[in-house]
Amino acid sequence: MALPGTRGDAAPPAIELRGISKAFGPVQANRDISLVVPPGTIHGIVGENGAGKSTLMSILYGFYRPDAGQILVGGRDAGITDSQSAIRAGIGMVFQHFKLVPNFTVVENVILGAEDGALLAPSVSRARKELRRLAAEYQLEVNPDAVVETLSVGHQQRVEILKALYRQADILILDEPTGVLTPAEADHLFRILKGLRERGKTVILITHKLREIMEITDNVSVMRRGEMVATVPTRETSPEALAELMVGRKVLLRVDKAQAAPGAPVLELAGVRMVDRAGVERLRGIDLAVRGGEILGIAGVSGNGQTQLLDILGGYPEAGAQVSGTARLAGRPLPLDGTDARARRQAGVGNIPEDRQAEGLVMDFSAWENTVLGRHRDAGGALMDHDAIRREAAAKMERFDVRPRDPELAAKNFSGGNQQKIVVAREIESRPVLLLVGQPTRGVDIGAIEFIHRRLIELRDAGAAILLVSVELDEIMALSDRIAVMFDGRIMGERLSGETSAAELGLLMAGASPSGIPPEQGQPDTPDHEPSKGVI
Amino acid sequence: MDYATILQILDSAVRLMTPLLLACLAGLYSERAGVFDIGLEGKMLMAAFSAAATAAVTGSVWLGLVAGVLSAVAMSLIHGLAAITFRGNQLISGVAINFLASGLTMLLGQSWFGLGGRTPSLEGAARFSPVTLPGTEALSGIPVLGPFYAEVVSGHTALVYVAALLVPGTWWLLYRTRFGLRLRAVGENPASVDTAGVSVPRLRWAAVAICGVLTGLAGAYLATGLSAGFVKEMTAGRGYIALAALIFANWRPWRALGATFLFGLMEAVANRYPELDLGFVTIPSMVMSALPYLLTVIILAGFIGRATPPRAGGEPYVKER
Repeated sequence: MALPGTRGDAAPPAIELRGISKAFGPVQANRDISLVVPPGTIHGIVGENGAGKSTLMSILYGFYRPDAGQILVGGRDAGITDSQSAIRAGIGMVFQHFKLVPNFTVVENVILGAEDGALLAPSVSRARKELRRLAAEYQLEVNPDAVVETLSVGHQQRVEILKALYRQADILILDEPTGVLTPAEADHLFRILKGLRERGKTVILITHKLREIMEITDNVSVMRRGEMVATVPTRETSPEALAELMVGRKVLLRVDKAQAAPGAPVLELAGVRMVDRAGVERLRGIDLAVRGGEILGIAGVSGNGQTQLLDILGGYPEAGAQVSGTARLAGRPLPLDGTDARARRQAGVGNIPEDRQAEGLVMDFSAWENTVLGRHRDAGGALMDHDAIRREAAAKMERFDVRPRDPELAAKNFSGGNQQKIVVAREIESRPVLLLVGQPTRGVDIGAIEFIHRRLIELRDAGAAILLVSVELDEIMALSDRIAVMFDGRIMGERLSGETSAAELGLLMAGASPSGIPPEQGQPDTPDHEPSKGVI
Repeated sequence: MDYATILQILDSAVRLMTPLLLACLAGLYSERAGVFDIGLEGKMLMAAFSAAATAAVTGSVWLGLVAGVLSAVAMSLIHGLAAITFRGNQLISGVAINFLASGLTMLLGQSWFGLGGRTPSLEGAARFSPVTLPGTEALSGIPVLGPFYAEVVSGHTALVYVAALLVPGTWWLLYRTRFGLRLRAVGENPASVDTAGVSVPRLRWAAVAICGVLTGLAGAYLATGLSAGFVKEMTAGRGYIALAALIFANWRPWRALGATFLFGLMEAVANRYPELDLGFVTIPSMVMSALPYLLTVIILAGFIGRATPPRAGGEPYVKER
């Protein structure tokens, strides 16, 4: 084993996983995963969303039980069956969504589950002393008597780290720790992690941000579709190589499509900004144009503002959000700040939302009812002709190959792919001038993916403008005529589909600006951007 | 209104407060752990019937108390099974318990005693007798304080004092012990407890069991302390009033004492003055006896203060996915 930090036979690996597998129903989240983490190192685990990173770490922490496989800690079978035994084995975990009691003080959160006895007083006084020591040793200053919900996100994260250290964790797992942090907070976190490594602790860092991996880790493992595809020393790899591993070399999904014949601009956005209710700027000035007969793909790691953009365009921005900037639809101004999804539909905007179960369908309604949602007023009048709707629904299901072909079946009883086909049928057959598409094939089987892709191309060829948002780079590259990459609420760059590579897009997705300088260093934050403080 | 009348009203208020306080604290344990319980009413009713029936048959109020507590705990376990183990809807389970108790007490009462749902009147050792606290004699000579001590503080049955002691006891348990810390945490964010390696179901089961014991005491007091036997539907909505008091108290023990005393006081005033003559207008008896219920409606509608219920209340705990 050539990984740095390995000291011959003297030191057994801090963590060794052997053949871990885990399925959730039909979804194989982890498949036969093996991993060796040398002690005293920072080990990165990267992969796209849904690659199985978080599941693997939850198994290591005893939160989920694996279907098969073995976990060794310090060379011995740790017998991890639940969180309690993982904690005993010296493993601490900082979840992506913190597991804190919001109205408890820092001290109460730290001792919860690790009290010294039946009475609290002795535990509290020992915890105070211990927190002071840890604060001095690891730059983890936080007021022990502060109520957690009044702390900034960065400080809440420190409380999570303190919880783990208070339980004498030697191995600390952090799941996407910088996703909610400002750049300054993230830098501080990295200093803390380096301090932990200096004192011999082992850190496992889960992220999809390649810049962070390159900056701080000793070794990096790449996961793809539930499998561990590579483990390499960080200094022997590069962001390009990692992006390729993450995305996969496999043949891109072939979609037969003719050269696009773009017409006039259908959607034009200029300087679109959005500040959410908590005061965080989610969109930082989006300029985009989508022409008729063209698919514009927006690539990017999820959580970089794509959802907010789709919601605004769909006419349902998050409650309390402030939206500014201008938009034109087929030349006419489109007001962005209002909430009026109905007006959008009437103006010819179709919408295949990111979360079909929450936004695209009413799961308890039958298929035929779902095929008219949002279009139920088109015929005019207060009464609906159920027989006509049923007939039309049956025809749509035929044309879009929805199986089983039963219009009476509730939406929840179809598979994910067939649910999505119901949504796609409804939206495409409404003949939109602009179609918003979010994650069209998330959780959809291969056959349905190809079918949905073909229909989107047909709609493009019929002259519609399509704005496609997907975290699947393959999908973006296969469908789009032009590709824009979104990162941190900005468009990092636009490329023509045939003139770019997955590696280049992967770099842009990770926040590297085209010249290779990360934006945080290359350009200052816009002056009106307030760092998020005290926000939950 | 002279001093003696005021003392009588306060004395009556303390008695009437007791079942409410016990039920309110019962709800506090359950809801602080994240299990909402609108079945307090049914559990009290069941306990009242079991206590009165057992006391009537055996002649022992203590056996009655044990029977009352056991029956309420049994109902609690049904709620726990539905809410914790099977992750069912807590409101529906609570409603079911209320219906079950209402029907079962009437059916069993009629078939066992044939008195139209009542149990035979209890007397002697089958009822709780008043306890005269030490020092009543010594203080009797002191004006104001002496009569107050003798009338309002002393001379209640044992369960009144148990209820009173449960207030500081509950506060201490919640805020000074490991069990209390975990109990509060599991009602706010069960995932925090789970990831700390502590069993969420075990904590919630413990809370639900405590809730059963306390509603058992409340029901037993109702039938064998406050009254002399069981009458059908004798809880008369006290379980719901206790819930309103719990919200009013913002799920805190000392405030629960205050809130339930307020309800007890209103009931006492209504009992004392069926028609309250304010000089310029006479409040009819219907309005007077509806007072506690009116206050309940006002509190539940959220007119008084901001109540912040336990954040995870009412939601079965399921790990992500």
